Amino acid sequence: MTSVILVSNLKKSYGSLTAVDDVSFSVEEGEIFGLIGPNGAGKTTTMECVEGVRTPDAGSIQVLGRDPGTRSIHLQNRIGVQLQEAQLQKRIKVWEAVDLWTTLFPKTVDGEKLLEELGLAEKRNTRFMNLSGGQKQRLFIALALINDPELVFLDELTTGLDPQARRTIWEMVLRIKERGKTVFLTTHLMEESERLCDRVAVIEHGRLIELGTADELIARHCPERTVFLSAADVSAEVFSGIPGVAKAEIKDGVLHLVGVGAGFVSSVIECIAEHRIRVTDFQTEMPNLEDVFLKLTGHSIRD
Amino acid sequence: MRHVSHLTKLTWVEIKIFLREPMGAIGTVLIPVILFIVLARFFRGETRAPRFVSVDLPIFVVIFIVIGAVLSLTTIIAIYRESGILKRLKATPLSPLVILSTHVVVKLALTSVTLALMAVAGRRFYAGSPPPAPLSFFLGVILVSVSLLSMGFILASVVRTARFAQPIGSILLYSLVSISGLFFPVRDLPQGWQVVALASPITHGVDLLRGLWTGDGWASHWIAVLVLLANLAICSAISKRVFRWE
Repeated sequence: MTSVILVSNLKKSYGSLTAVDDVSFSVEEGEIFGLIGPNGAGKTTTMECVEGVRTPDAGSIQVLGRDPGTRSIHLQNRIGVQLQEAQLQKRIKVWEAVDLWTTLFPKTVDGEKLLEELGLAEKRNTRFMNLSGGQKQRLFIALALINDPELVFLDELTTGLDPQARRTIWEMVLRIKERGKTVFLTTHLMEESERLCDRVAVIEHGRLIELGTADELIARHCPERTVFLSAADVSAEVFSGIPGVAKAEIKDGVLHLVGVGAGFVSSVIECIAEHRIRVTDFQTEMPNLEDVFLKLTGHSIRD
Repeated sequence: MRHVSHLTKLTWVEIKIFLREPMGAIGTVLIPVILFIVLARFFRGETRAPRFVSVDLPIFVVIFIVIGAVLSLTTIIAIYRESGILKRLKATPLSPLVILSTHVVVKLALTSVTLALMAVAGRRFYAGSPPPAPLSFFLGVILVSVSLLSMGFILASVVRTARFAQPIGSILLYSLVSISGLFFPVRDLPQGWQVVALASPITHGVDLLRGLWTGDGWASHWIAVLVLLANLAICSAISKRVFRWE
């Protein structure tokens, strides 16, 4: 694996506000890397420094072996960028935007085919202002892909979209990866990062506080599994002896079992079988990145 | 060469977009021409048409260019900045100079169309109204346009939002136009205002175009030419420095 992006000790302030504080990470070729954190955590600033849209105060950035700060044409030809809250001219038509972008790069893919793949072929004569939020985002993805980039930046891609549109966009991002591209994205949606990202970096108050795959982060910070068990005649004591159990109690007639370790759930099932308990309902709850975030920062990502 | 193809494509797109604006084509091209024809008809019966209509057509053109330059340009750039269009363009290989030049070219193209229509309309109503040296006059229009547009860029660079662009542009526009020698000679102004008027490129634009329209040579208006060129150089340098993408 080679690093496509190398960021070390990145710093950026706006006046007295430190937006990004000593952030270092790398993005490997072919992966989907997510920068996750609440609004205002410094995700967009970090990403825009890497894109070369913003100039960092300190630190070094290498994108495809080059410094993005120089606005090098050579680099811009190899990356694709989708910016948060970007707009186009209100009355520009979809095909005109794609056509304009095609002119800007020396090597491009077939714009019409791209529109078709992104489900925008029927909208090719529609003005930008008349597109829905999801269609606008799909157009921005098209523009980010027009130069067949090796590396694609997606900033808060699905913010403000309905769940249906969000799923469609996720499918598209996964397809970008299938084509062998590297994707660097930011999101404050934990579901999005779990669905898309190979690795995530958690950023809070401008500092990078964790980095790894979702499974690694969960295992590291939230190893507990919870089993909810409903049975005709169940007592907590039966389960208190199984390995890894941390808590066994009955709430509203449902047995809550909390434990750590990969084998915890199987142990519970074995115990049920052993004692021939007649189970009417069995549910497990796995911690997710949301829980990891809560554990790391003490607050929910939406606060 | 890359920049030329970018400029050509972006200009063509921007012209199309502009013509789609409800008030775009009408406000910029049709209204001035209609106003011109109406005024012309109104004064046709008079034996001696007022100076404003018969001689000062170029001044009317200057006002038109200034309105185009300062107001619409400032507003367009402010809207582009506010809504993130400039930022989106910054993240492409597009050069900032190409984006700025595009809007100058679009303005000039529309100005040319309006001028041509006025010239056609004018021919019907006044004998001998086209200038003796049309090419010279056309070059003058380009110089004045570019010089005043560079002022518009500074304003566009400094003014943060479209909401402020309009009033600030209007104040600048109307005060400078009112003392440009269009409505009364500059020498009739109070001393202090004469200084302001003579420092204003609009006054010199009026002087140059008025001269070229009536057949004067460029040499006899060298001060105006110098002021307009200096204004262009200074304003371009400043706007390049202070231009804000977002």
